[in-house]
Amino acid sequence: MMLTLLALVIWLGAWALNHRLSRLNAPWVATVAPIIFGVTLLLMWELLVRGLNVSGVILPPPSAIWVSFMRNLPTLWQDLVQTVFKGALSGYVIGVIAAFVVALLADRFAFLRRGLLPVGGFLSALPIVGTAPIFVMWFGFGWQSKAAVVVAMVFFPLLVNIVAGLRDTTVQQRDLMTTYAAGYWQVLLKLRLPAAMPFIFNGLKISTTLALIGAIVAEFFGSPTQGLGFRIDASRGRLALDVVWSAIVMSAIAGSLFYGLVALVERAVTFWHPSQRK
Amino acid sequence: MVNVAAILTVVAGLLLLWTLAVIPMNIREALTEAERAGAAITPATAPERRDAGALSLVVQNAGQIGLTYAQDRPRLPSPAQVIREFYNSTLDEEMNGRRGIVRSGSLSNAGLVLHTLKTIETTLYGFVLGAVLGIALAVGIVYSRAMDLSVMPWAIISQTIPIVALAPMIVLLLSSAGITGLVPRAIIAAYLSFFPVLVGMVKGLRAPDHMQLDLMRTYNASAAQGFWKLRLPMAVPYLFASLKVAIAGALVGAIVSELSTSSTQGLGARMLQGSYYGQTVQIWAALLAAAILAAAMVGVVGVADRLVRRAMGGAA
Repeated sequence: MMLTLLALVIWLGAWALNHRLSRLNAPWVATVAPIIFGVTLLLMWELLVRGLNVSGVILPPPSAIWVSFMRNLPTLWQDLVQTVFKGALSGYVIGVIAAFVVALLADRFAFLRRGLLPVGGFLSALPIVGTAPIFVMWFGFGWQSKAAVVVAMVFFPLLVNIVAGLRDTTVQQRDLMTTYAAGYWQVLLKLRLPAAMPFIFNGLKISTTLALIGAIVAEFFGSPTQGLGFRIDASRGRLALDVVWSAIVMSAIAGSLFYGLVALVERAVTFWHPSQRK
Repeated sequence: MVNVAAILTVVAGLLLLWTLAVIPMNIREALTEAERAGAAITPATAPERRDAGALSLVVQNAGQIGLTYAQDRPRLPSPAQVIREFYNSTLDEEMNGRRGIVRSGSLSNAGLVLHTLKTIETTLYGFVLGAVLGIALAVGIVYSRAMDLSVMPWAIISQTIPIVALAPMIVLLLSSAGITGLVPRAIIAAYLSFFPVLVGMVKGLRAPDHMQLDLMRTYNASAAQGFWKLRLPMAVPYLFASLKVAIAGALVGAIVSELSTSSTQGLGARMLQGSYYGQTVQIWAALLAAAILAAAMVGVVGVADRLVRRAMGGAA
């Protein structure tokens, strides 16, 4: 009871603190406020679980998850390698390359573009996750089938974004390149690709999450005895919830780092774009 | 007009590629079947064939190509097989099947209609939940700087956490609180659909510029009037654009939830069963149903968009 009350007090206190902070116009507030909010959520979780005597087989407190995370780190690291580095990343890279090649073709031939763009837009709205059982059947339980699902999932959103981005130049800009007597590749490399970067990175960022979802879902349909999806599925069966939550923490870290990395590269590449100005 | 021709060409090209791919994908099973039936196959024994490439098998046994389109459990079913299975498990199953709606009075458990309806139910509940949550958070974020600072970064981070990892825990947590069935699945669907709505609505509610906000102030409009008469109407186009993304996301979430909660009904469950029992054509038919469903749902949101715009006096 005391702990539950304490949780409420902390919640109100943190909220009042953030409210105060938000009135300051200091640049550090933008970093501190979300951290306070996150820490408050974790504290609430911990205190409520302990205060209300929630059983560990229903919801373990964050401290127990942290202990289990550190203890299982070697296993989780291997799962991470299997799922993220072998499955998601290789599929992501193949998908990006394939989307680029097809997008350049679609860009070169107007007829293809007019046909491919609506079809691609339609396909990217489809639940492609459903292809996971098929790819596992085709490519086996190893990382290849996971990569294949990831390729299928990231291809169409990327294609649509790249094609749209390559068209994002004005007549004036293209005319200028023509007066410079620039060839197709010069115009592509020096004008249209840089101009397309904001669109391309939009697609790349959406695809990071899709890639992880694809790799993990595919593991539910069969995997070698490692991988984050396998770990979640297997540990849930044993009611080892602390391990399940550790795997979730691992995939959350991987997902956030993956997204953050792409966002960092975006900032470096599209520093000139209005959305990146401070 | 050219666009329609282009789209049809691309679709026809994809279908042709698919149809051609059926031959090398199924050639091994087809040859095994032909061998059992007593046909002459080159190379004659299974071990030799195992090491041969699929394409060379096709070239050496051109006479058996027809068989690749007639497999019971093909590695890759042809478009015609998928459409036939789709027809069999929808119209035919309900009209003529023993468990169909005509004979038994309820939708057949072996047909796709029941599973599709189940998925629609999950998707719609998740979509509504996600849209309401997204709009509510967006209003809070636009009006409270504290919320903007503390909630928005976590909303972004929440989307980098793969929902499939979290899904089993959501189910477990809710079932221990006595909530099972639709609600956990709807929450998983909502997880994927709230974010586009949130981002779109924040952008939309901030769309009015200073001149417009100042004008409201000179009219002595209250905060509520400013919201209902300026901000909300201006956010409507943004809202519908993100609702289209959100409903597609909700469908993905619904299918993922059926996959990871071991449901027995729904398109995801159908795919899972197809995978367990090696019924490939069944998986493909479920995928076709999901594709039609996605197109229909995005289409309905598009129509609603047009109707609302017309009602608001804009160009439809």
